[in-house]
Amino acid sequence: MGWLRLLLLVLIARPLARIIAGADVYGREHLPLKGPAIVVANHNSHVDTLLMLSIFPARALPRVRPAAAADYFLANPVVGWFSRHVIGIVPVERKKGGAGTDVLAPAREALAQGDIVLIYPEGTRGDASDRLQPLKTGVARLAAAFPEAPVIPAWIAGAGRVLPKGETVPVPLNCSVHVGPPLRWSGDKDAFMEEVRAALERLHAQAPPLRWSEAEDT
Amino acid sequence: MIEAISDFWMNRPPALLWGLAGVFTALTLGAIMAAILPRLRPGGDYRNLQLRVNSWWAMAALLSGALLGGWPAMTALFALVSFLALKEFLSLAPTPREDRLLILAAYLTIPVSYAFVAADIYMFYLVFVPVYVFMAVPTAMAMIGQTHDYLPRASVFHFAVVTCVYNLGYVALLMRVPDWEAPQAGPAGLVFMLLLATEGNDVAQYVTGKLFGRRKILPKVSPNKTWEGFLGGWILTAALIVLVGPKLTPFEGVGLWTLAITLPLAGFAGDVTMSAVKRDIGVKDTSAFIPGHGGVLDRADSLVFTAPLFFHLLALFHVQTY
Repeated sequence: MGWLRLLLLVLIARPLARIIAGADVYGREHLPLKGPAIVVANHNSHVDTLLMLSIFPARALPRVRPAAAADYFLANPVVGWFSRHVIGIVPVERKKGGAGTDVLAPAREALAQGDIVLIYPEGTRGDASDRLQPLKTGVARLAAAFPEAPVIPAWIAGAGRVLPKGETVPVPLNCSVHVGPPLRWSGDKDAFMEEVRAALERLHAQAPPLRWSEAEDT
Repeated sequence: MIEAISDFWMNRPPALLWGLAGVFTALTLGAIMAAILPRLRPGGDYRNLQLRVNSWWAMAALLSGALLGGWPAMTALFALVSFLALKEFLSLAPTPREDRLLILAAYLTIPVSYAFVAADIYMFYLVFVPVYVFMAVPTAMAMIGQTHDYLPRASVFHFAVVTCVYNLGYVALLMRVPDWEAPQAGPAGLVFMLLLATEGNDVAQYVTGKLFGRRKILPKVSPNKTWEGFLGGWILTAALIVLVGPKLTPFEGVGLWTLAITLPLAGFAGDVTMSAVKRDIGVKDTSAFIPGHGGVLDRADSLVFTAPLFFHLLALFHVQTY
């Protein structure tokens, strides 16, 4: 199955991403090529995952596993098969949190196998307003469990314009991905989350301006 | 097989083949320079120079392929260039969320406009974007019911489509000039001359500006441009057109001199217009699509203005078809 995923990603997803989102990548040298590693990115669109999967070199791709909400992506068998076997998601059972289930178990397992786990710590897609939503702390728990794993911040600019939440037709527009130097687990959850947020905001500031506004504030 | 290959080359106009050979010789010299400069003067940062040279190779290979491949190849290539340029423009331009579907519709002007090139219907090409798209876009916006910033938004779309689709499309349209109208080197000779003069002007402006540049010409728009670079580019490009033009194109006499004097001005105008747009938006490059050069629109900005001028001067002075 691994070869099919790689073929689909390299021959279909990558050209598709180039055409509809044409990502310019800045800081490519910071992308991890082997695991265990955690990539944290902002999230506005399904295009985010397509873009992230298209910027890794083919030899690292088999290791790249986007964390995704089980309640959304595994709800339907066809989407579920595609999510598991083509996108290669690590399911996160968002709704079972607090009920005694370890929602991060699959992500831990993936990191233990030496995978590169891609996490959107905002928890869900934002409204394409280009502002970072409050971050969930799951990434800190993962980093604490794997202190040797680097945490690489990435800012994806413009994907929310290509395909905002709630829309079904993608519009080709250029995006850019800004990858920052790796962070390390510091031993303190709040301080670490603050570091992650600051790193993402620094990358955000480097991104080209997005002139995408609601009519009221143009 | 071998005969087919040799027939192919024998049937290409010799002036065009000589021209392409000249370009690839220049690129080879450039590549050698980029390879030995770091050894002659160590310490400098030459990565960008090498990226630039490599990208020139890729662009020259694509354009040569299209020149040798004929009008279908050139039409396909420039439809792609238009798409990439329009995508860069619309990605940077201020466009509100309500106009999403309008952006999608703006891309549809590309297949339609290039279909008129492919079908060789000059009259339709000529009026489709400047007249009918011009009417359709504001109408569609009115239908959506948004009147906030109506005029600036409509202008953004029109500017984008005219520059990226209509003006660049003239390159493909030049390939439809009948062979008998351009006996020197066929339609490919026309496109080759246009590209050589336009890119030559960019390079000549840059080099003379670097060597002799003192007085800034437009500090508010393009702080690196100087009077010396502008005049140097103008003189060198005009000389290139006067010397090479008659070998590759039907340009001669008054037509040739008009082209020689106005084409470098149009190239400069295209360059500073796009610089003003980028300054307004607050970016340096339109994207990082071409390593070392920036975006497609950064590379094609002069061509956006020179292509229609070249076509119209040709039609006015030397071609009866149009």
